[in-house]
Amino acid sequence: MAKYISKRILLAIVSLWIITLITFFAMNAIPGGPFNKEKATDPAVIQQLEARYNLDKPLGEQYRLYMKNLLHGDWGISTKSGRPIWNDMIEKFSVSAGLGLRAAVIAIIFGIILGAIAALNRNKLPDRLIIFFTTLGTAMPSFVLATLLLLVFCLKLGLFPVFSSENPNYTLPVIALAVYPMAYITRLTKTSMLDALNQDYIRTARAKGVSRTKVIFVHALRNALIPVITYVGPMVAYILTGSMVVENIFTIGGLGSTFVTSISTRDYPTIMAVTIFLAMLMVVANLLTDIVYKLVDPRIKLD
Amino acid sequence: MDNKEMKRSFLSAQVDVSKFNASNFEKATDDEKRQQDVMGESTTFFKDGMRRLRKNPLAMGSIVVLVAIILAILIAPHFVPYSYDEVITVNGQRDKTMTNLDFMCYSDKELAYMEETGEDLFPHIFGTDGLGRDYFIRVIYGTRVSLAVGVVAALMVVLIGIIYGSVAGYFGGKIDLVMMRIVDIIYSLPDMLIIILLSVVLKEVLAGKLAGTVFSRLGTNMISMFIVFGLLYWVSMARLIRGQILTIKNNEYVLAAKCIGTPNRKILTKHILPNCLSVIIITTALQIPSAIFTESYLSFLGLGVSIPLSSLGSLANDARAGMQSYPARLVIPAVIICLIVLALNLLGDGLRDAFDTKLD
Repeated sequence: MAKYISKRILLAIVSLWIITLITFFAMNAIPGGPFNKEKATDPAVIQQLEARYNLDKPLGEQYRLYMKNLLHGDWGISTKSGRPIWNDMIEKFSVSAGLGLRAAVIAIIFGIILGAIAALNRNKLPDRLIIFFTTLGTAMPSFVLATLLLLVFCLKLGLFPVFSSENPNYTLPVIALAVYPMAYITRLTKTSMLDALNQDYIRTARAKGVSRTKVIFVHALRNALIPVITYVGPMVAYILTGSMVVENIFTIGGLGSTFVTSISTRDYPTIMAVTIFLAMLMVVANLLTDIVYKLVDPRIKLD
Repeated sequence: MDNKEMKRSFLSAQVDVSKFNASNFEKATDDEKRQQDVMGESTTFFKDGMRRLRKNPLAMGSIVVLVAIILAILIAPHFVPYSYDEVITVNGQRDKTMTNLDFMCYSDKELAYMEETGEDLFPHIFGTDGLGRDYFIRVIYGTRVSLAVGVVAALMVVLIGIIYGSVAGYFGGKIDLVMMRIVDIIYSLPDMLIIILLSVVLKEVLAGKLAGTVFSRLGTNMISMFIVFGLLYWVSMARLIRGQILTIKNNEYVLAAKCIGTPNRKILTKHILPNCLSVIIITTALQIPSAIFTESYLSFLGLGVSIPLSSLGSLANDARAGMQSYPARLVIPAVIICLIVLALNLLGDGLRDAFDTKLD
């Protein structure tokens, strides 16, 4: 077990390191430096600026310095705003995290409930309805859902106000983000619940006279939830990338929309910092998922 | 000694010739031979699977939808006289009233022209967009692009995945260990982020180099998307194929093939890979919608196909600006994306139920 965990942590560190390599060298492959403007700047000024940001050093040395700064918590300076990226990023991330957490909690709760209902009413009307809507939910990209929600509920029906910082209403963005993971969890829970209900220990428990409710909740559902844990890592990744379009559509000033803006304004230091930051979150989420999965179910053998 | 008198041991396996006469050794007549004929065609794995697939209404419905969409995108450009990047002109003149037309409408100039010449102009089935381009043909081309991206990306993923996975699985040992560590690392990279990052970078890097080649029409974004798919997305396929091969290679017939000196390459292609075929087909069918998803997502972020080419994602993105006045322009590409993805997902599920008998 300790061997598995240390192996997994090592793998996570290696992949994080590779991500920084990819981002750093990819960003440096872009022709033109940050001080190349349309207006010709005095070469002496450029030289001074480059010396200040260590851009006159060889690429390997630049990478070493960047990593050194990164490990000391210095994420660089945005070329657009001229301010340190870290403070802005954390501020924006708190907005995104609020949105993402709500979506994740809703997806997990409703996903498990719907999945359990579908499994207990196998091939009956509730099951068919749930499966129909979850199939639909997995076929709909988040941006389609988000724009349609905005169009129908905000603009046409006027049930929800358009999102603004004075009047933050997270209902529609959270729904737009939560539908896909919810549909996925529903299907996952249904399959594993059906699997659990067919196990011998369920029959044994019923034969012993344990009540139906207790069998469902204590014996079946608890075991059925184990495969759901595996989806938590991918779900974090989905919500983080999904929030890029959802925030953009609902004009929420979170990290996702910052990222998209920095792509269109070519703010390379910000793109780099946000990529590495989000990648860190995803890798850590996957790491924790794998470890927790292994801890809760000793039957699982991973190699 | 008289043989006839000898008592037969009851355990003897010797045939008692006395029970037979000459008629027992006659050749079979044609009539008797015919009785040995097989009554029904023997069923193959493929036929058996197809029979099960045909009984699945959802999968068959998906096939119908997909065939209809494919026919539409193949045929429509031949009879619609407009092109996807053409601002519609009447009588050689650009028509200012042409923009933002409703379904099946003509502009004033077109109506005047038709009145004058008595000629019938082709209707604008979905109206026109903000620049006066026929929207129907743009949707058709957008669907073409999205589907083509999905299919090409899926084929790429499958090809790389099969080669990598089968080599790792078949040779095993140290080769497998090293190859699978690489897969582990790639698998743990956040794919979507890297796609976005590389799209941004390759867009700048490739822009100059591609000008004038065949690829320039496709746009740097598409190329970078394919590159990223080729670099990252094959890992789950490779894992799957490796797992399959690990189980299949322990079968006796592989051992037998090895014994008679069959070369490794032939064992892989003739004996092992055909047995993974069902898994490969199912995963490919499920890979296409995921590629379409990714493409539409990137197009929506403005990292997709380059203008004037359109994909379903970029059409939806363009329509966002005027979605309050012209919601249909957003809804049409959105519905088509959902239809394609839904149909492919259901077909993939159907194929799995029909062909993967191990999963019950």
